[in-house]
Order: sequence, then C-alpha cells, then structure tokens
Amino acid sequence: MRRMTVIPAAALALIAGPALAQQKTVKIGFISTFSGPVAAIGNDMKNSFELGLDQHGRKLGGLPVEVIYADDQLKPEVGVQKTQELIESDHVDFVVGYIWSNVLLGSLKPLVDSKTMTVVTNAGPNQLAGELCSPYVFSTSWQNDQTPAAVGRYMNEKGVKTAFLMGPNYAAGKDMLAGVQTTFQGKIVGQELTRWPDQLDFSAELSKARAAKPDAIFAFYPGGAGIQFVTQYVQAGLKGQIPLYTAFTIDDLSLPRLKDLAVGVPGAQEWVNDLPNDANKTYVADYKAKYHASPSFYGAQTYDAVGLIDSAITAVNGDLSNKEGMRKEMEKADFKSVRGDFKFGNNHIPIQNFYLQDAVKNADGSYALKTVALIVKDDQDRFHDRCPMK
Amino acid sequence: MLYFIEQFLNGIQLGMLLFLLAAGLTLIFGIMDLVNLAHGSLYMLGAYFAATFAAWTNSFVLGAVLAVVATLVAGMVLEVIAIRRLYGRNHLDHVLGTFGLLLFFNELVRLVWGPAGMTLSLPSEMLTAVQIPPGLYYPAYRLVIIVVTLAVALLLYVLVMRTRLGMLIRAGASNREMVGALGVNIKLLYTLVFGLGAALAGFAGLMQAPILTVQIGMGENILIPAFVVVVIGGIGSIRGAFVAALLVGVIDTIGRAFLPDLLHRYLSENAAATLAPALSSMSIYVLMAVVLVARPEGLFPAAGR
Repeated sequence: MRRMTVIPAAALALIAGPALAQQKTVKIGFISTFSGPVAAIGNDMKNSFELGLDQHGRKLGGLPVEVIYADDQLKPEVGVQKTQELIESDHVDFVVGYIWSNVLLGSLKPLVDSKTMTVVTNAGPNQLAGELCSPYVFSTSWQNDQTPAAVGRYMNEKGVKTAFLMGPNYAAGKDMLAGVQTTFQGKIVGQELTRWPDQLDFSAELSKARAAKPDAIFAFYPGGAGIQFVTQYVQAGLKGQIPLYTAFTIDDLSLPRLKDLAVGVPGAQEWVNDLPNDANKTYVADYKAKYHASPSFYGAQTYDAVGLIDSAITAVNGDLSNKEGMRKEMEKADFKSVRGDFKFGNNHIPIQNFYLQDAVKNADGSYALKTVALIVKDDQDRFHDRCPMK
Repeated sequence: MLYFIEQFLNGIQLGMLLFLLAAGLTLIFGIMDLVNLAHGSLYMLGAYFAATFAAWTNSFVLGAVLAVVATLVAGMVLEVIAIRRLYGRNHLDHVLGTFGLLLFFNELVRLVWGPAGMTLSLPSEMLTAVQIPPGLYYPAYRLVIIVVTLAVALLLYVLVMRTRLGMLIRAGASNREMVGALGVNIKLLYTLVFGLGAALAGFAGLMQAPILTVQIGMGENILIPAFVVVVIGGIGSIRGAFVAALLVGVIDTIGRAFLPDLLHRYLSENAAATLAPALSSMSIYVLMAVVLVARPEGLFPAAGR
C-alpha cells in the first residue's frame, strides 16, 4: 500500500520537473553552526554570505539564488546528515560552509560521491589537501597547518627557543600542533590536547605550562574557547611571565569581549580586516554599515565563496549541469578576493600570504586587529603532493 | 611537590564548583524526586544576570549579590509555573519536561541577550597569580572561588543541619510522604527548596563566569559531572555531594595533569597523546562505576531511602 502512494508522487515529480527547470535558480546549501556557544561564527559567515549576495543583486552568474541554511550543531554526525539532506532531498547545486575539520571530514564522502560542487569556507583538515582532495571541492580558507606554521616562523624570528603547545583534541587541533612544529626550530617542552568541545577550563594545563618553564606558549583555541583560554591565561598571571602566540584564537568575534586581555598577543592570519585592497575595503565597510560589527576571517572566507561561485556560473552561462566547466573556471580563482589575489594549488587549496596580526586599542577606546607584517608570501600547504589531482 | 599542590588546588577548585551545582541537584532530586536537566539553565541564568547587573552597577560584588537573588526568584517562579506539574510523574516525564525547559531557556537567553555571549570582567587586581608559599603561583581569582565556596558550603551546612527549614529539608529527603502527612506545607517547602537549588546553581554560574565567560548552553556540559557527583555522593545527601564533588574534581584534574606523562613512560609519543585525553576524561566515570559497585546507594545515602 505504501509503495503505491510513492509511484504517483514520483510521477508527479517527473511531470513537475521540466516546469521547474524553466524558472532556473541556483540552489545553495549552507552548512555552519547556528546553535550553541559558537553560533556567533555561523552568524558571521551567514551575514557575510548574505552581504555578498546582496551586492550581486541576489543573482549569481545571472541566476536567482536560493540559500538553504543548515545547522551542524558542531557535531560530525549531524553535519553529515544535513549534508545528505541538502544533496538528496533539496538537490542543491552548491554546498558552502563548514567551520570544523571533524564535521567536514564526516561530510566529505557524500559530497564527493555525489560530485556536488563544494566551497569549504573554513575547515582545512590535512586529508582534504592530501589524499581526499576532490575535483569538485574547493577551499576559500587554508589547510590547517599553514597558519600555525606561519606562527612558528614568527616565533623563530622572536628568538623563542622552547615552547609549550596547547590545542583541542580533534582533527584541527592535531593539525595545528603539528603545523607549528614544521617551522618552529626551537624545542617543544610539552604539549597538551584538551577535550573538545566541552572542556573550557584549562587550569590543569596552564599549571603544567607554567611548570615546564617555556620561552613561549603556542595555542589554538577557535571560537568561544579562545576567549576562555586567553582569559584564563591572563588570570593565571602568565601574561607577564610567558608570552603567548596564537592561531585562530583571537579574532574579530572574540576581541570585543577579550578587550585588554588580548592586546599584544600576536597571531597569524591570511586575512585581516585592514588589508589594503579595494574588494576588502568595500566588504568591511558594507559589513560594518549593515551589521554594526567587524567581520571576522570566517566571514571574509565565506564572502569570497560568493565571488568564486559567481565566476563559475558566469563561465558556463548558467548551465549548472556543466560541472566540468564550472570546475575549470573555479580553478582560475578569477574573482576579486578580499585577501587580494591568490591562486589555487592542484588540490584546490589557496596558495596565499600569511600576515602577522596584533590586537590594538584604538584612540576611541575600541579594539581592532591590525596587520603588522607579512610573515610568509605565497605559502602552499605541505600536503598538496599527496593529492592525486595534478 | 609545589607543582603537585598547584594541581591539587585546581582539583579542589573544580570540586567546589561541582559541589555548588550538585548540592542543588541532590536536594531537588532527593526531596522532590525530580530529575532536573534544566539545572544547568539556572547556572547559565546566574552568569547572565551577574554579567548584566555587574555592568549596570559597575561592581562585581554587587552584581553577584543581585544575580543570586534574581536566580532565587527565577527558580521559585519556574517551580510554580512549570516544575510543579512534573511531581509524581515518572522520571521519563521529568527528563522530557526539563529538557524542554533547557531548550526554552537557551532560546530565551538568545532573544534577550543575543547569541554572542557576554563577558563578566574581573577587577584588575584579580588578574594575577598570588604566591601562597613562595614559588607556588596560584591564580588569585581561583583562590577566591575556593574560599567563598567553602563559606557557602558552611552556610548550607548550618542551614540544613541547624535550622527548622533544614530539618524539614532533611526529613523531606528521607521520607516525603511522612513530612506531608505531618501537616507541613509541602508545596511551599518544594518551592523554597527549588529556589535554593536555583540560587546555588546561579551562584556557581556567576563564580565561574569570569573564567569560562558567559554563553548560551554553558550549563549543559558541566551538568553531567554534577550528576556524577550526585550519584557518587548518594542522592539527597549534601554531605555526600561535598565529599564526592571534591573527589571528582581532584581525580579529574590529577588525571588530566599526570596521566599523559605517566602513559608517556610506557607508550610511544603518538599513542600516549591519543590515549591520555581519552582516558583522563573517563576517569570520573570509572570512579562512579567503582562506587556504584561497592556502594550502590552512594557514599552517604540519605537515611531511610
């Protein structure tokens, strides 16, 4: 009986199919975290994406855009379920987003198997850059190792001889701690991987870091955990004792809450809100006007996805079935990125600059992240050789 | 040795926080026979209230006092409006009902305070480490937490063991029906106990707020070890909650602090790095399992249950 009802429904869908195809839209599934403590990141990504769409008149490559936002709840198992829903029930043309490396790794198989055009706007697990790279998956962010590797270079410059490393115990945390060791030439006197995402109190680990007497502490704590980590680091009286170097720990979302606690704590980033290119000036100014806050790197990377997708659909004249054509166009990265010009590597991960950023207090009492210097130019991730695409 | 003492203090501090949460939970569980998953929401409310009031009054202490009062009132109102309907039903209904409340409070906080969270800043004198014996640095604020919570624990002890209200609470934990039969206004007692539990949870939230910052869902993860404490201590027993909280706090911290190095001696670096965080996060559950095998009622079961 149940089977009987399915067949008419399927027949109906077949009849409706061509009619739908005529009013062509591009459907984009957007996966990020919109609930819980890290919803602030998801909102920033969504805001930036919406801003980008507005600036394109809500059309990409001439086609009206429909976006379906899905919440991964910070959980890999939810992420893969939402991804499958977007692909199988919503039949999206593009999937965009993914903050967390473990969520992306969980969701990668359905994306790759269905050859869905995907733009990852934050997560950068080493597997994506290496053996799991896919012709249809692009990243507007980085591979996890790159940013901490840039921090490692800077630590060498500052004459750091011994370091204590800390990060959360999940895919990205492991990548980050490995990444800093690829460039840092001093000695690692200890490292701690803390429970993720529920451990927010780092008292035992900070005591350990103090006891190890390193020249510096390196930390990777994204989202709200960054606020907690830096706060506890300062409360432990360590700020004057052992300098802190960070990756993805202090950003435009956490700085308004950390305020003075973050001032003088350096980090590395591929994008800072004061990068002096025209696309970035427009983005930051329009974002501030619309949302009355500073965009973060999460937002900037997501904003770039709009331009990238627009370039792809334009190149194939709106023929969304021409994935080969879209892929070839996207490989050129022919759009105005807010980080300035960049190229894609063979694995579709950007080859780009990394900058030293510092938190400063402005004359009007507000706080901002500023570019201090270029740490490394045109950096390519160290896993691209493992990617079978040439 | 100094390092060991420092880690031990970290454990005590975590234990103190767990005690504040578990005391309310165990009272509510013991007296009303209510499984309250929304306890963490009251913890969160306490933190949000404190951050708001501290910003209004420009005083951490004043903000904290107002926040405790506000969570007390919020807890009593919550009891009258919603929790009361759950008494006498089975535990699955409690779990469903209070889980619904948990979601409700998360959304409410999002509507009122926004999704970004808040910061409860400490006075700048607190942003430092003090030397207790020379050479042992300990964060000043964490020391304050230990001292203040000990004082609260003492107050609670006096309230429960030395006052008439306390006598009713203890009686309620031992035999609810009898207390009602003796003509005690059990409805009022329940409202008061729930309010007291809420105030303790709110207090825990606001004390923890400067360390963990104030954000939506902040009470959900901490609730699990708090339940572990209740089970280990014996349901309905405040003394049990105190001892169990210290045990759990110290074991969890010591595990995190020393297990990686210990494993390192016997295993490869990679294996130790993978295994240590997993094992140390299991330690308190192992403790719970051991206690449950040896003493199924918990360490200090409330008399007469």
